[in-house]
Amino acid sequence: MSSYNLTHLAQLEHEAIFIMREVAAQFERPALLFSGGKDSIVMVRLAQKAFAPAKIPFPLVHIDTGHNFEETITFRDWLAKDTGSRLVVRYVADSIKAGRAQEEKGPNPSRNGLQTITLLDTIEEFRYDACLGGARRDEEKARAKERFFSHRDEFGQWDPKNQRPELWNLFNGRKNPGEHFRVFPLSNWTEMDVWQYIAREKLDIPSIYFTHQREVVNRNGVLLSKSPYITLLEGEKYETRTVRYRTVGDSTCTGAVESDAADLAAIIQEVASARQTERGTRADDKRSETAMEDRKKAGYF
Amino acid sequence: MTAATPVHQHTDQHYLAMDLLRFTTAGSVDDGKSTLIGRLLYDSKAIFEDQLEAIERATEQRGEDHLNLSLLTDGLRAEREQGITIDVAYRYFATPRRKFIVADTPGHIQYTRNMVTGASTANLAIILIDARKGVIEQTCRHSFIASLLRIPHVVVCVNKMDLVEFSEARFNEIVAAYSEFASRLEIPDIKFIPISALHGDNVVDRSPRTPWYQGSPLLYTLETVYIGSDVNHIDARFPVQTVIRPNNDEHHDFRGFAGRVAGGVFKPGDEIVSQPSGLTSRIKSIHGPAGDLEEAFAPMSVVMTLEDEIDVSRGDTITKANNPPNVTQDIEAMICWFSDKKLVPNGKYIIRHTTREAKSVIKGVRYKVNINTLHKLEGDTEIGMNDIGRIQLRTAVPLIADAYQRNRNTGSFILIDEFTNATVAAGMIL
Repeated sequence: MSSYNLTHLAQLEHEAIFIMREVAAQFERPALLFSGGKDSIVMVRLAQKAFAPAKIPFPLVHIDTGHNFEETITFRDWLAKDTGSRLVVRYVADSIKAGRAQEEKGPNPSRNGLQTITLLDTIEEFRYDACLGGARRDEEKARAKERFFSHRDEFGQWDPKNQRPELWNLFNGRKNPGEHFRVFPLSNWTEMDVWQYIAREKLDIPSIYFTHQREVVNRNGVLLSKSPYITLLEGEKYETRTVRYRTVGDSTCTGAVESDAADLAAIIQEVASARQTERGTRADDKRSETAMEDRKKAGYF
Repeated sequence: MTAATPVHQHTDQHYLAMDLLRFTTAGSVDDGKSTLIGRLLYDSKAIFEDQLEAIERATEQRGEDHLNLSLLTDGLRAEREQGITIDVAYRYFATPRRKFIVADTPGHIQYTRNMVTGASTANLAIILIDARKGVIEQTCRHSFIASLLRIPHVVVCVNKMDLVEFSEARFNEIVAAYSEFASRLEIPDIKFIPISALHGDNVVDRSPRTPWYQGSPLLYTLETVYIGSDVNHIDARFPVQTVIRPNNDEHHDFRGFAGRVAGGVFKPGDEIVSQPSGLTSRIKSIHGPAGDLEEAFAPMSVVMTLEDEIDVSRGDTITKANNPPNVTQDIEAMICWFSDKKLVPNGKYIIRHTTREAKSVIKGVRYKVNINTLHKLEGDTEIGMNDIGRIQLRTAVPLIADAYQRNRNTGSFILIDEFTNATVAAGMIL
């Protein structure tokens, strides 16, 4: 390799930083959507690098379903403090209380879809014009069609059939009042890239990514954690297994994987030999063949 | 399909030393493009079991016999319903040598628009030719776009060799026909590989059925093609994205210019000229994502500080005194039109070029190109969806530009409709 070559991980880092600075330059009120998951932790590190020695010039916004893992929430609060960022939290429970959203029925009611309502209300409340997200194209087939700069109409909707072409490094963030953008700097990253970056940067991550003992119930092949929000069906029972989480969403729809990976090196080995996609543990994606596209069209992350 | 040796089990050290190749695939309907991509993904273990199961389920529901690998990339409801690819899909895979980003561009609907989009960031294009059909109109169209967008490397895969009995004579015939056509284009590096995507001949491993073929199989070619000289490391260009001023006690006087190097090499101590103002200074320091840098080159995102307090802001470009860029309001360019609203002669559009945005007016259309024959249609100046033509443009403020041929970063632009905000054209400065 000549000295003027960059490794692929460095190229992805430079690309993501470029996108973040483009957001800061093109928009008036950007925000970084933060879930406490590994992708958003990488996003925060990249944002720090993009604007150093200044602070991250936008708030971290978390849409809290109330069904999050406790470890994630503790971690979220710590990271916001550690980076000196402003943290904005809005609760799905408040949207339900206000009658703007309605709780799902059934044995594991998910608040996953309801987040969209709270998210769009939050965007309106603070008049955010660009929301940075950590979604990646390798995660899911509808996301494979996503742009770096993804336009949302005044109802927060995505129109996948009518997206702006994106060429070279030229990003068109022009919009009409009331519309906004979702911006995805990690578009070209894979799950492996994210883990390698976490290892390279020695980033702290919530403990549930590492192996631990947990009471879970096996529902349709997804290992769901014991929680007050889940009602056991006939024939189901909790059992203790040695697990970790590959992706962190709501406890009601994110499954654990059996694993004894106790450190980053072991996780990376596991990812390298994995035969299931990381979203294979997400019950929310399994609701239909186009579950992600349908949620994204309505304004989901 | 049988999986080849697992190539995903690389060590950390390997992984951290891998470089990146972006390539685009172009082909017509039924030329086996999906099969080829499916095979590359499958053999490099980038397809997971749950994805395979999902495709198997969907294939079965559709009552189709063969595993339909296009369902991997055709993720949108409308695409699956209609059995067509609407939009560029990006796929990722890695071997121990390289990581790959594939821009899979659809073969029919809005072909030009999608291929131009995929080609804009590609180092390499795979062009598929059906061995039975040879060089056809669509092959010419794909190659012209690859040449127009200056993709440095083209790999022509002569596919379905199994259907022509792996005939060397047939392969040579196609190579000759393509080479003759390509002599009218500007593609610096063309390679030919006889393959069968369906059976895997010369995709990952050398095929025993083409003993007359001395070259490398496709995957090895993708892994080893030299991309170090694809980026301009000669003409120093640093378009400023934003100015970083921390406003805190610790960094009270810090004023850094953030951007992505678009060409050349910058070092602390270098004399610089800011364009379009022409003001000069010297680089004090360069900060990268991993700390202070001795030098910065494309495509690095860095922050520069200067010795003097000169007026530099977003849209300006920091350059060096040698190899100066063109600072001009009058542009000659090739454009590809993306909108169903036709180009309006004398129409005003927003131009976005490097980090600069300005008003512009189309002063004239010189000609349109018949992209199948490469003929210039001098009398035809009506530019509509998917048309390619040459225009003259006048901008409200000067652009700091190079010819696209010289630098893809500083030679490219997009045009935006000022009423709908839609991106209506991609342009390459001549």
